[in-house]
Amino acid sequence: MKSLRNYLDKIKPRFQKGGKFEKLQSTFEAFETFLFVPNRVTTQGSHIRDALDMKRTMSTVIVALIPALLFGMWNTGYQYYLSRGIEAGFWATFWFGFLKVLPIIVVSYVVGLAIEFVFAQIRGHEVNEGFLVTGLLIPMIMPVNIPLWMVAVATAFAVIIAKEAFGGTGMNVFNPALVARAFIFFAYPAQITGEKAWVAGLNHHAAIEGFSGATPLSQAASFSLDKIPSLNDLFYGFIPGSIGETSKLAILIGAAILIITGIGSWKIMLSALIGGLGIGFLFNMIGANPYMEISPLTQIMMGSFLFGIVFMATDPVTAAQTDTGKYIYGFLVGAFAITIRVLNPAYPEGTMLSILLMNVFAPLIDHYVVEANIRKRTKRTVQNVNA
Amino acid sequence: MANIYKIKKGLDLKLIGEAEKVVGEYKPAAYAVKPVDFSGILPRLAVKEGDQVKAGSILFVDKHHEKIAFTSPVAGTISEIMRGPKRMLLEIRIKKAQQDDFEVFETKHPSKLSAEEIKDILLRSGVWPGIRQRPYAVIADPEKEPKAIHISCFDSAPLAPDYDLIVHGHGEEFQTGLDALSKLTKGKIHLNVRTGEGVSKVFLSSKGIQINYFEGPHPSGNPGIQIHHIDPVNKGEVVWYLRPQDVLTIGRLFLEGRYNPQKMIALTGGGIKNPKYYKTISGAVLDELLASQLKEGNYRIISGNVLTGSNIGRNGFLGYYDSQVTVIKEGDYYEFLGWMSPGLNKLSASRAFISRMFPNKKFDPDTNLHGGERPFVLSGQYEKVLPMDIYPVYLLKAILAQNIDKMEQLGIYEVAEEDFALCEFVCASKIEVQAILRKGLDMMQKEMS
Repeated sequence: MKSLRNYLDKIKPRFQKGGKFEKLQSTFEAFETFLFVPNRVTTQGSHIRDALDMKRTMSTVIVALIPALLFGMWNTGYQYYLSRGIEAGFWATFWFGFLKVLPIIVVSYVVGLAIEFVFAQIRGHEVNEGFLVTGLLIPMIMPVNIPLWMVAVATAFAVIIAKEAFGGTGMNVFNPALVARAFIFFAYPAQITGEKAWVAGLNHHAAIEGFSGATPLSQAASFSLDKIPSLNDLFYGFIPGSIGETSKLAILIGAAILIITGIGSWKIMLSALIGGLGIGFLFNMIGANPYMEISPLTQIMMGSFLFGIVFMATDPVTAAQTDTGKYIYGFLVGAFAITIRVLNPAYPEGTMLSILLMNVFAPLIDHYVVEANIRKRTKRTVQNVNA
Repeated sequence: MANIYKIKKGLDLKLIGEAEKVVGEYKPAAYAVKPVDFSGILPRLAVKEGDQVKAGSILFVDKHHEKIAFTSPVAGTISEIMRGPKRMLLEIRIKKAQQDDFEVFETKHPSKLSAEEIKDILLRSGVWPGIRQRPYAVIADPEKEPKAIHISCFDSAPLAPDYDLIVHGHGEEFQTGLDALSKLTKGKIHLNVRTGEGVSKVFLSSKGIQINYFEGPHPSGNPGIQIHHIDPVNKGEVVWYLRPQDVLTIGRLFLEGRYNPQKMIALTGGGIKNPKYYKTISGAVLDELLASQLKEGNYRIISGNVLTGSNIGRNGFLGYYDSQVTVIKEGDYYEFLGWMSPGLNKLSASRAFISRMFPNKKFDPDTNLHGGERPFVLSGQYEKVLPMDIYPVYLLKAILAQNIDKMEQLGIYEVAEEDFALCEFVCASKIEVQAILRKGLDMMQKEMS
């Protein structure tokens, strides 16, 4: 490592002000600090600092995403071979999915990071780690048949419009990954709805008889309740769907990692779960159409509900920031997700819209929570004056 | 019936180098008073290099409150007046004379003196700066009467000195100090002690005071936290607070008729060979002590604790408010893929490192920043270590936006840098929380004066 360090020290001046490559300073710094935690020491305030930094935080989220990603790759292969009626071994299945998913990840990272590097250089600060997570979330919420150029356009849109236009990491209102998906959802609806989007190859070849590429959500929306897969299949994830969303087991492993490390807010996850189940029960009681009669447990197992509340709703920047606010925010995310999907068949996936909607309201929720604190303090002062 | 306050939020940092309860003597030849130790004052010098001074002779006064005198801790010669950028006054150094000599003050018992007389003696003698106030965490304004006086009788900071040991055997001085203070307020004097065994009789048998018990992790020993839980500071109110050693100095002033700022300090931290206590005098130079006690290596000398102290270097002087010196490793090294390591030796409040599975492990921390500065990203981090009904991030953002109204509404009158020090420690975005807060406090004080 010493020689690597020496090499970096040697080339560093070229990337600093006045150097030949000064325009690449942020990029150099991003790679340098990726390799080595810098030697910077505290100058004022607390002399010692917590070992936790943004890199550690974001890489913990990535670790939490890995199980769902790996399963997503395998399931891509599994669904493909199922649709063609071919028997394939575990590794062949995984390899097929890996080759399908990897390009999407590469495109998302390359496009997003390139834009981030440019903005960091213009703004004159370090490259933020936020996109490391966003760049992996985007592929995981895409259908596998998405054209790569569309991923590129959506990623660019999300990073520029949803993030950098607001001032970059920490300032954005909407979850950038969800904005990427919403962009495709509204701009290219054909590629992200219907039966052909979710299983690799289905947009080119017909499937064998009896295989439908429809996701459980679209089955439910067309009231074909008998075609909804079993709870077991929903839980383990042997179903068509966005790349990362299908296995609830893998998502729960990720949730456990986030909760144990304290990086993801259990308050938001729990209250969203309660919100979703609660609305599910309520619809059960109303029972006005077959969709409403689906059991709450099946409801939360379908689509990206769990993926959304574990990985997207908990984004600390766009979620509510006060403790009380988190409970309210989470509950409403869960409740709206199920409500939108059941009451508005035009939007089979309510989770995305629900989280984006609550992203808008999160600051308002926080505002009222903080106002309550302010009122308490003001009241105390007034009482004292009167006393 | 004693009041017990249970503090749940906070964090006890377990570090190596705790001071053994053995007391040595340390009387070096050089001392200094540092105007930079006192927030918000504008010093007007009263001496020049070469002047002879006694213990209690005025070195400088505050231009805002000319009555507040800052006096020499020992008799001797002004050896050097150190200035920084823009001629800012940094240190007034005194070379101690062989012979003790002191300004003489009245030796009447405080009960026989009026409040005004007591105040004048406190102001003139140089003990007044030991009395601080909320709001703003600055030296108490002598024109305003406090609604209460709080004395935190324990320090919960990392490697903090044991006040029970420090006050042991000084009951008379402590009580005399309390008697003087009690003349200055119509409100109560609160002694805030730790729950459990071992609380000194000096505290528990004091008269004319109210005892409050506190339990829980740091910052439960901070007066700001205690005041917040007992009787918070509201707009327009003033509360005073001091540390037990300052009460002792006030007591000695009335018993001995002189400014006698002797204090006991704990020499702590991983860079010290034999961490223990020393009897010394306020403002003592530390180089002689460090010469024998410092380990080999690149260390940072901190007057105070690791969260709030100041870096004074090897030849530095003890800070006015400090009862502790902490020596830790400098962290100016690169760590290959450091953010990726499982982190057996990483000190962290988060559970993202394996080290959290060993709750009793003691750490040898260093001054590395452990990452780069970022905007606010994570939420809920600060709240876990700030036991106050205050939204810290919102308050800090109000300060950054220079929104005076919001700062007031969000509780700036109740807080000081030390209360937010743990927020700064845990911050994954490495934000300079204490510096921002001090900026806000200064802004607020200027606005209100």
